[in-house]
Amino acid sequence: MREKCQRCSKPATYHITDIERGKVSEYHFCDEHVRQHLAQPAGEASSAEAEPGGALKAPFKAKEPTRAERQSCPYCQITFLEFRNSGRLGCPHDYDVFRDELLPLIENIHDETRHVGKVPRRAPQSSLRHSELIELRKRLKQAIEVEDYETAAQLRDQIKSLETPTER
Amino acid sequence: MNLDDLTRTSGEWLRGTGSESDIVMCSRIRLARNLATYPFTNRASRGDKAEIEREVRTAIARVDPQLHYLDVHVLNPLDRQFLVERQLISRELMTAEGPRGVAIGPEENVSIMVNEEDHLRLQVMHSGLSLHEVWERINQLDDALEESLDFAFHSQLGYLTACPTNVGTGIRVGVMLHLPALVQSREIEKVFRALHKINLAVRGLYGEGTQAFGDFYQISNQQTLGKSEAETIRTINDIIPQVIEYERRARKELLENRRQNLHDQVSRAYGVLKTAHQISSEETMHLLSSVRMGINLGLIDDLEIPTVNELFIHTQPAHLQKIQGRHLEVDDRNVARAQYLRSRLANGRHQAN
Repeated sequence: MREKCQRCSKPATYHITDIERGKVSEYHFCDEHVRQHLAQPAGEASSAEAEPGGALKAPFKAKEPTRAERQSCPYCQITFLEFRNSGRLGCPHDYDVFRDELLPLIENIHDETRHVGKVPRRAPQSSLRHSELIELRKRLKQAIEVEDYETAAQLRDQIKSLETPTER
Repeated sequence: MNLDDLTRTSGEWLRGTGSESDIVMCSRIRLARNLATYPFTNRASRGDKAEIEREVRTAIARVDPQLHYLDVHVLNPLDRQFLVERQLISRELMTAEGPRGVAIGPEENVSIMVNEEDHLRLQVMHSGLSLHEVWERINQLDDALEESLDFAFHSQLGYLTACPTNVGTGIRVGVMLHLPALVQSREIEKVFRALHKINLAVRGLYGEGTQAFGDFYQISNQQTLGKSEAETIRTINDIIPQVIEYERRARKELLENRRQNLHDQVSRAYGVLKTAHQISSEETMHLLSSVRMGINLGLIDDLEIPTVNELFIHTQPAHLQKIQGRHLEVDDRNVARAQYLRSRLANGRHQAN
């Protein structure tokens, strides 16, 4: 994990996403400070959060479903709360319907928020090129980091040739 | 395909061939895909699932007529469990409800589950360390299916899956390793911790949440977003030789410092398997693991690795019952298992089926 604890310089081992009334707050803590954070009395924190033991699950356990959690997908009717409980989404549209709630979660799981890799051939060409460019730029960054300038130059050429058609 | 015929054969991935096959049992890649115009399986009605199955089945038949489709919904519980033991379907598909199935390729290298957690779960397995071949095969299969199926794909998030943990490439790249020496030397925990730190998962023979039977461990990626398929394969491919090296070193140490003990342990394990009259599945796996390492270290010379690999699978409960052709309770299974082992390990050189 990349983040540092937001209270000290140790690496953060706990990544907490709080969603309350549609407002997303993210926290990153080390082992020590996560305990302090979860033990902090009242304020925004629900009483469940103050309980030791159940503490780690608490940030996801709202006292009452928030408006965002009650919101449902017009296509498959699943609510965000139902997804929370089952861990499974209802249909492909959910990724757009619950976008704001899902993105922080997705970032916590994957450390990334953007797809790199295979694109269906039937997907629009622009999206294909787009994804390829992201991958090449990422590899360019890595090449520069390890001072592999030969590869970097090749990648830069590839990126240029891919970028040209968009300007046509 | 007659499932009873499968009891006399085993999948290619058990052949014990290919690179590093003394330690690497097999390489496997799976891809999760969903049809864009239906709810995910857990939210799909019976009618939806039937339509999904029909569409996918038609596409599969067009792609490769050699892929044989089994309607899991109508199979009896024993046959379903049999498919789980052969790694052709997941426990989830076994216990799910409604229309669902699996298409299986010749030699059992390919399986495509339909209406599992995602509409499609493509899997390709190959013996030994062979991720590149496996990727080529599964990538072609995915391309071919995509010609007639409209997969749910998002320009920012990639392939959309029922669970956000698989979104993006939908790929899981796994290598199954046999690590008995690292288990014995108790160094395995260290290896696991190191792997977890770089976001790799370690699972047992039967995937998520299962125990590490017979010292088999599957190392696989967890993250599927923001890393291309090639990068994910590269990460696993780079780490596996290091784990293999640790295991070899632990084996060498066992040979050098505890040769007598090791030889005794391996020979006793072999002896029990050849002579027992009742034996549990757990004990069988444990002893087969010692025997497998014994063969690789030259301590047993009248038994082949593919036979041992096959015995790990053929001594599982559903396999035993299908081989015997009748339902058996636990106690009867233990007797049947011992009998089967004695017959397969009877004197002389042993060949795989």
